[in-house]
Amino acid sequence: MRRLWAAVIALLLSAHGAVAAEFIVLQSTTSTQNSGLLDAILPQFTKDSGIEVRVVAVGTGQALRNARNGDGDVLLVHARAAEDAFVREGFGVARFDVMYNDFVLVGPADDPAGIAGSEDALDAFVRLATARQRFVSRGDDSGTHQAELGLWEMAGQAPQADSGTWYIETGSGMGATLNVAVSLSAYAMTDRATWAAFGNKGSHKILFEGDERLFNQYGVIAIDPERHPQVKTAAVDQFLAWILGRDGQRAIADFRLDGQQVFFPNAAQR
Amino acid sequence: MNGFADSLQLALGLILSGDADLWAIVGLSLRVSLTAVVIAALVGMPLGAVLAVTRFAGRKGVIVLINALMGLPPVVVGLAVYLMLSASGPLGVLQLLYTPTAMIIAQVVLVAPIITALSRQVVEDMHAEYADYLGSFGMRGVRTIPTLLWEGRFGLTTALLAGVGRAIAEVGAVMIVGGNINHVTRVMTTTIALETSKGDLGMALALGVILIGLAISVNALIAGMTQASARQSYA
Repeated sequence: MRRLWAAVIALLLSAHGAVAAEFIVLQSTTSTQNSGLLDAILPQFTKDSGIEVRVVAVGTGQALRNARNGDGDVLLVHARAAEDAFVREGFGVARFDVMYNDFVLVGPADDPAGIAGSEDALDAFVRLATARQRFVSRGDDSGTHQAELGLWEMAGQAPQADSGTWYIETGSGMGATLNVAVSLSAYAMTDRATWAAFGNKGSHKILFEGDERLFNQYGVIAIDPERHPQVKTAAVDQFLAWILGRDGQRAIADFRLDGQQVFFPNAAQR
Repeated sequence: MNGFADSLQLALGLILSGDADLWAIVGLSLRVSLTAVVIAALVGMPLGAVLAVTRFAGRKGVIVLINALMGLPPVVVGLAVYLMLSASGPLGVLQLLYTPTAMIIAQVVLVAPIITALSRQVVEDMHAEYADYLGSFGMRGVRTIPTLLWEGRFGLTTALLAGVGRAIAEVGAVMIVGGNINHVTRVMTTTIALETSKGDLGMALALGVILIGLAISVNALIAGMTQASARQSYA
């Protein structure tokens, strides 16, 4: 029996093994992972620094909550108000702009709500609510969900009252939500990068884009070591210097999906 | 839209290509789930046997509870283990979150009730049959457990297989405590969830085919071992 336990403990330790020299945990969003951006740029950082970046890709809301618990070293998310609150409450050291892209409204090609001819984004959301055509929302407190709720509010609409009828909240990631939208011939709001990389578009296409209200800014935040002492500050500083510096910003700009640039670096020159 | 035939072909292609990433994922799935089942068995089988041969106040209640725990939702277990292992949790200092060890812990919690409950049933049936016989050798109560477990070993493999099936197929717990980190905690089920969310349904289904193949292989292997050992013991 003792030998059996020894074997089990050895097995557990080996499962725990394969420990890299040094790593940091990046809490990030499904859009940066599903689009393939992080898989494309992070190996360059690892090659230069020897630091492995382990990505946990969840919605911005969940990423911020995990980070509040101290689970992770650094954040790459996209919900400005929630990010500022995170720093203000002392969980993050500081927040920096990293890159941006934009949200687009996708839907069935025949566009029954007629949003393609909208004057601006608010008009498009009014048309969606008036037509009562099915719209699929993330419903998961992610960055995209928070942006979508803000747009409904600016447009003077309260679709949550119709939740479960034409307004459908999936409570899932961006890709899972797009799968639902395509299956139901429904509209949805998505970031451009996830849409470009999405493999199950069906006959859906981008119907509205280009309003500055659809701007989607990504920020990076180091988790405050005063709150969570286990944070690997030195490695995080190296990571911030890289992604906000010349090499990281160029790597983001060089990332292409079908020949199209989908993330635009805009870190302030330091 | 990819059909099943396309996905089957894709699955075969993936297997034959010897893709290193795929095999690493398959390997981690097996390592995590089989380790969890071995640990759960070391806890669950003796515990189930004790429940089978002893009589104490509240025993019925414990049995009902363990039977009910067979249906523990993986997401809830994942969440509970996350709260324990989180840097802000009671076991945060161990820094086990987002490691394969965290995934093993979650799966042990999921699998142990299944193995305990099924072992209890197997041993109780054996006990009913052999209690008088064992009693004539002066063996009663917990002292009969090693004999009953050994004699019931073929029935107990079914309990093991049920545990393997549960562990290797669940996604809710390992997604939360493992984080689906590429090359670190990515297993078959979390990969399938990721490919589905990328809209790559063909790839997701192909990986599903491989996962089912894996489950069949593990079952066949254990069935083969059981048969071989049965032949040996009755020869």
